[in-house]
Amino acid sequence: MERLEFAFGAAQPALGRTVTGVVASGDLEVLLEPGGGGQTTIAVQTSVDGYGATWTALLERVFGAGALPAARIEINDNGATPGVVRMRIEQAFEEAQSTGGKP
Amino acid sequence: MTTEIDIEQLLRRDSFIERSARSRAQALLDPGTVRELVGPFDRVSSPWLALQNLVTQSDDGVVVAKGRLDGQPTVVLAIEGAFQGGSMGEVGGAKIAGALELAARDNRRGIPTQAVILFETGGVRLQEANLGLAAIAEIQSAIVDVRRYRPVIGVSAGTVGCYGGMSIAAGLCSYLVLTREARLGLNGPQVIEQEAGIAEFDSRNRALIWGLTGGEQRAATGLADACVADDTAEVRATVARLFAQGVPARHRSERTSEFLAALEQVDTETQAAAAAVRAIYGEKQRQGDPA
Repeated sequence: MERLEFAFGAAQPALGRTVTGVVASGDLEVLLEPGGGGQTTIAVQTSVDGYGATWTALLERVFGAGALPAARIEINDNGATPGVVRMRIEQAFEEAQSTGGKP
Repeated sequence: MTTEIDIEQLLRRDSFIERSARSRAQALLDPGTVRELVGPFDRVSSPWLALQNLVTQSDDGVVVAKGRLDGQPTVVLAIEGAFQGGSMGEVGGAKIAGALELAARDNRRGIPTQAVILFETGGVRLQEANLGLAAIAEIQSAIVDVRRYRPVIGVSAGTVGCYGGMSIAAGLCSYLVLTREARLGLNGPQVIEQEAGIAEFDSRNRALIWGLTGGEQRAATGLADACVADDTAEVRATVARLFAQGVPARHRSERTSEFLAALEQVDTETQAAAAAVRAIYGEKQRQGDPA
């Protein structure tokens, strides 16, 4: 297991908090809460060691433009592929913006 | 129970099995009444898994949802089978036991509160050993406490099923609802094969496993009260119908003498077969069940 941390510039704070996915085989859990200071922080806990460069590349592609709402994100990953990771993150943002604060 | 597949129904249905634990809990309760207790953002997760290099889940694989079901105060305890096989650790177990203890207290204070437990579990989480076992014991005594006032309904939809100490907890429930995909047993097939040999139980023989421990068989032999299709509306309607029946006159776990008498009739010299078990247990069930 490996822990990784990231920070990216971001837009206005996210509207709500949400959790998507479960720590199932090949899946991940994304916890998203509104963040402050025009910054998104991401704390990753992954079951697969040695993929730091892949995580950096993937998260830079998603957050690098700084256009997404500012959020505090926690990722608990159980060997998800980059595509699944990206979809779960996008799902979390979509839910946070639409439900505005559940659960 | 028919094995024929109704294509129209199949296309229309909203699978319960495919839902996550959180989604299952939300589907059972009245819309707009659901409140999650000790949720993912309370960050009460297992302190033991990370020490063993395993990734934790923020809710430790248990969702506690309080709300109403057809207007009645209800607490749903949903186990996430996809996380660590739905295993019961210290935190997840304490969430279930604590919620049931609060439900019992509410009942004593004049708020009739009923409970649903969604069993999707292999039993104790081996990484948390005795703490998980202690939690399961607490869950079991809390079920027995709550069921004096209002029914505690167990549901196992699959595909993990319900095993180990949690199968005993399922046996203590006022009513138990299974799907055809669910399995209920004290020991899982691989454990039996490992301990007693392949001649005793072939864990690769799916027909044998579902024939003896599947939802259809368990309902036919009186160890479950209903076998329903993997359909959210049907699961919910069945749970609501059983709640409406109220607390059973005699709980299944109070009918041990009937079940022991049936067990004595089982011929252990030969490999158990589904039909033979039904002949023995099905008959006992009809005698023992006033409904």
